[in-house]
Formats: sequence, C-alpha cells, structure tokens
Amino acid sequence: MTATVTTDSLTEKSDRVTSRGSGGARRRLPRIPDRIRQGGLPYLLLLPAVLLELLVHVIPMIIGIVMSFRQFTQFYINNWGGAPWSGFDNYKIAVDVNAPIGEALLHSFFVTCVFTFFAVGLAWLFGVAAAIMLQENFRGRGFLRAIFLVPYALPVYAAVITWAFMFQRDNGLVNHVLHDQLGITDQPSFWLIGDNSIYALIIVSVWKGWPFAFLIVMAGLQNIPRELYEAASIDGAGIWQQIRKITLPSLRPVNQVLVLVLFLWTFNDFNTPYVLFGKAAPENADLISIHIYQSSFVTWNFGTGSAMSVLLLLFLLVVTAVYLFITSRGRKGADA
Amino acid sequence: MPSPAQPSVLPAKTTGRSRPRSPMAAPQSFLWTRRIILTLLTGFVLLPVYVMISSSLKPLQDVSGKFHWIPSGLTIKPYIDIWDTVPLARYFVNSLIVAGAATVLSVIIAIFSAYAVSRYKFRGKRVFTVTVLSTQMFPGILFLLPLFLIFVNIGNSTGVALYGSRGGLILTYLTFSLPFSIWMLIGYFDSIPRDLDEAALVDGCGPIRALFQVVVPAAVPGIVAVAVYAFMTAWGEVLFASVMTNDATRTLAVGLQGYATQNDVYWNQVMAASLVVSVPIVAGFLLLQRYLVAGLTAGAVK
Repeated sequence: MTATVTTDSLTEKSDRVTSRGSGGARRRLPRIPDRIRQGGLPYLLLLPAVLLELLVHVIPMIIGIVMSFRQFTQFYINNWGGAPWSGFDNYKIAVDVNAPIGEALLHSFFVTCVFTFFAVGLAWLFGVAAAIMLQENFRGRGFLRAIFLVPYALPVYAAVITWAFMFQRDNGLVNHVLHDQLGITDQPSFWLIGDNSIYALIIVSVWKGWPFAFLIVMAGLQNIPRELYEAASIDGAGIWQQIRKITLPSLRPVNQVLVLVLFLWTFNDFNTPYVLFGKAAPENADLISIHIYQSSFVTWNFGTGSAMSVLLLLFLLVVTAVYLFITSRGRKGADA
Repeated sequence: MPSPAQPSVLPAKTTGRSRPRSPMAAPQSFLWTRRIILTLLTGFVLLPVYVMISSSLKPLQDVSGKFHWIPSGLTIKPYIDIWDTVPLARYFVNSLIVAGAATVLSVIIAIFSAYAVSRYKFRGKRVFTVTVLSTQMFPGILFLLPLFLIFVNIGNSTGVALYGSRGGLILTYLTFSLPFSIWMLIGYFDSIPRDLDEAALVDGCGPIRALFQVVVPAAVPGIVAVAVYAFMTAWGEVLFASVMTNDATRTLAVGLQGYATQNDVYWNQVMAASLVVSVPIVAGFLLLQRYLVAGLTAGAVK
C-alpha cells in the first residue's frame, strides 16, 4: 500500500471509498512488481480519450477564444491565421446594449433565462413526482415506467417535428382542441411565431426533458435504505410524512446534481428550437445557442459569434461555481 | 413482486388502519394523487405519440386540413412514399454508420479510461477527470465554429476530408458521449470488488487481460447503459449534423427536414418517417432500460 499510492493520495478520496470495503485482501498484493508493471500503463489507457478530447474539445475551445479576438469573417475560413486582430472589439460589440447586436444578445439572454427557469423547473417537478409515485410496486408500474421513458428515447428531431405539427396554426392539434373543441381562443393562434412561441418551446422542452429527471431520481430512490421507511412506518409515520421526511431529504444530493445538469443542458439547448422554428427563431423564443448560430453561420460573423460563445461559457462557469459552492456548503452544514 | 403491490391494486379493501408489514401502507389520498399525477403524465407523454402514429396513416388532404382525432381514412401510402420523397434509406444508413461507429469506439475508449482512473493512481488523474467532465457543460455552439474551421483546414492542407464526411461526424459524436461514459464506468468499475482483478493479476494475468476477462464481464450492465446512451446521443444529434454533413453524408437528423417542400409539407410522410426512425431506437432503449437504471445507480448516482 505504500510506494505506489503516494503521488496524489489527496486527490483520491472520493473514488477510493467504494473499494475500501474489500480492504482485507489488499495485503496479498505483490506491491513492488505491481508498480513496475504499472509504469506508463494508465497513461497509455487514457491516451485515446485524451487525444480525442484535445482534438474535439480543448483545441477548438482555444481556437474559439483566439478567434474571438480577431476580425473573423467568411473570407478567412481557408486562411484563419490571416484574420486581423481586433482586440476586444468583438466583445464590445457583443455587450454594447445600445447597438442592435448587443441589444439582441441581451434580449436573447433574458429569453434563455426565462425559458430555462420554467423548462428546468417543470421537468424537475414532473420527474420527481413521477419517480416518487412509482417508487412502490403496483400493477402497471413497469408499463408506466416504460411509457414515461419514451420521450427520452425518441430522437429529438422526430419528437420535436411532431410537436411542430401539433402547433401548426391551421392543421395542428393544439388549435383544434383550444379553438374548435373547447372554444377557449377566439381564433386559431400562431404558436411557432410571435408571442406564444416561448410557451410552445417550454412545453416541448419539458416533454423531452422530464424523463431524464425521472430516470435519475428513480436511480436515486433505489439507494435509500428500505429500513428507513420500515422504521418510520413502525413509528407511525404515514406515507406523506415518509415522502416529506425521508424521500425528499434523501434525494437532495441527487437533486443537486440533477438540477445543475438540467440547467446546463437546457441553457445550451440548440436542437429543440432549431427543429421547432428553423434557423431563425421568433424573437420571443430566440435562445442563445440559436442566436449565436445565427450570428455565426447565417450572417458569417465568426468573430462576434465566438465572443458571444466565450461570454456564454464564462456565464455558465460562474453560475456552476456559485451553485457548487452553495450546495456543498449546504451539504457540509447538513452533515455538521 | 411481494406484498407492497397489494394495497394499491385493491385500494378499497385496505383500511389503512391495519398497516401491514409493508413499509408504505398507502392511504386513499395518496392513491388518488398517484392516479391523477400518473394519468396526466401518461396523457402528456402519449399525446405526440398518438399524433405521430395516427397522422402517419392519414392521406395527405387529411393532414393538410383541420386536425381530426380520428383519421377519415387509413392508408399506408405515406410509409411507401417516404422512401422516394427524400433518400431516407441513405440517411438511415448514414445515421446507422455514424451512430454505430461512434458508439463502439466511445465504449472501448471509455472502458480503457475508466479502468485507468478506477484502478490506478497516477499524476494528472484529477486534471483528466475534471477536464473530461467539464467539457459536458460547455455549449456545443462553442466547439462548432472552431471544429468546422479545423476540419476545413485539415482537409485543405492534408487532403483528409473530415468536413462533410462521416469520419468527421463520428469523431465529433464519440467525444459527446465520452465524458458521461467515462464518468459512469468509473463509478461502475469502482463498485466491482478490486479483489477480483487483483487476483487475476496475482495469477499472472496482464492488466489488459484482467480488464477484459474480469472487470468487463462484471460490468456488463454499466457498459450496456453507456452504449445505449452513446448511440442515442449520436442518433439524435442535430447541431453538428446540420453543419458538418453534405448531400451524401446527411443523417436522419437533417434529412427529415426534406419533407417540407416549397409548396407543401407532407405531414403524413413526416410522421411516418419520424416513426420509422424512432421505432428501432425506442424499442432498443425500452429493452435495455433496466441496464440504464442499474448503470446509473452504480455509476452516476452515488
């Protein structure tokens, strides 16, 4: 246990914990030959992943940051070194809220925040509710579980195209129900253009996203020891109390990760608006990823697009850091 | 399936007072809440599925006019026409190749990486895991532009056509699922007792043999879960597929838009095609979903 494990034992704790249980047998190991045999092996095993991450994520990210400081247009696609430096100009354009580009970006940012808040909130709520309601075994449980996972399994474009059809003004289901059958609206409304488009976007996003929350919470529920419920039951706690006092608190760590992941995915979502609206989203549902795509590939202004991407990344980093700080402090507080 | 099933199946019979051994003796209020919530969610989930199936069986004039819950006439013509309106078969093959290759490669690479992280101590381990994981939070749009430029320029300088090729897309997709796969497999490998592969090492196995003869067989549920996830990610990706493909390499994600012509949108064909591209993946997913939950439980949710 000695020589081989010294290098970064500080960083190790979390992933060692699970193997600790089997500790007794470790002594048998011939440690010295093991170390010789190990050599560069871990690095060799990681090599493919590292190379790919470099090629597809790390290097592009660095290039993206560099590009954001250049005057990069379609003329430089084949000669990216030739694009003139422009310092912080792209950033100034992106954040200048008095000029059209900056104003549109700010608007798009607000739209994305509102969209994310409702889409994540509802997806999380539905997922948690469904998982808790399906925690106990009853007839039809397996069937419902399978049904609920269908939106998750459906390819996003197939699902969103179907919703786009349902939201059609003249031949869609939504207007048929709201106008023809229930008479709620005076006349058939537009759902994919104009003010209503944000509602359409949220509904589709929740439909597609909540089963993931359901899946994660379901997995999380399996880790709650059954004895807790038994003990509570013996003490006379009813099912609502058990949900409130055992299930929900036990889910907290799972929820924290879940909400963060949902937030990041939803905030960055491109697929849903792109399939629902096409390349140009209506103003009211102009999510930031579509907005950046539009600025880059439609108006061919790569430099500004890159600057917007970097700003978006910075925002996400800050939010994630703050979130992790708050939740980890909360967890420490709970433990103490 | 022991006792807990009973109270909910026969709610009227259980008074709630008797409180059997079941840890949750459900009162009426709970049963009704459960019924309402589950009914609403089922309706919400199945609504588009119904629209997809019923519209795919309608004649064109039926989907061009007002929506009707009940089709005026059933026809399978859309299922025949979808193959001619757009080259759906080609898109299908493209998607299959891209998603299949990305899945196989990402699973293999994730197995190696996760094994290294789970079983060895080495400098830079934390940097690796943090970097890999954090790429998941970055917006895809951030990589799209530079990757597009890298592919174009690699093509110009070396003649290796990545832009517009399936190879480029495979490369991109396999990294999308990689962080999640590595993350999940680390958790899964950690839950497999170390004694197992250490015993194999003592018996004279090489580490790679120990991995494939001991760890991998024990981690099958986790590996299946990761494979399912990787395949679905690649099968459903839209952003990179829309920029990085051309006529010959177009995947379903982009190809499905072809049913909207200038004059008309063939909604019945769109729905038929959507169903055709969804059925294999939904069926596969539902068959394997047990593994996904098992994999998540061991790997991601600790």
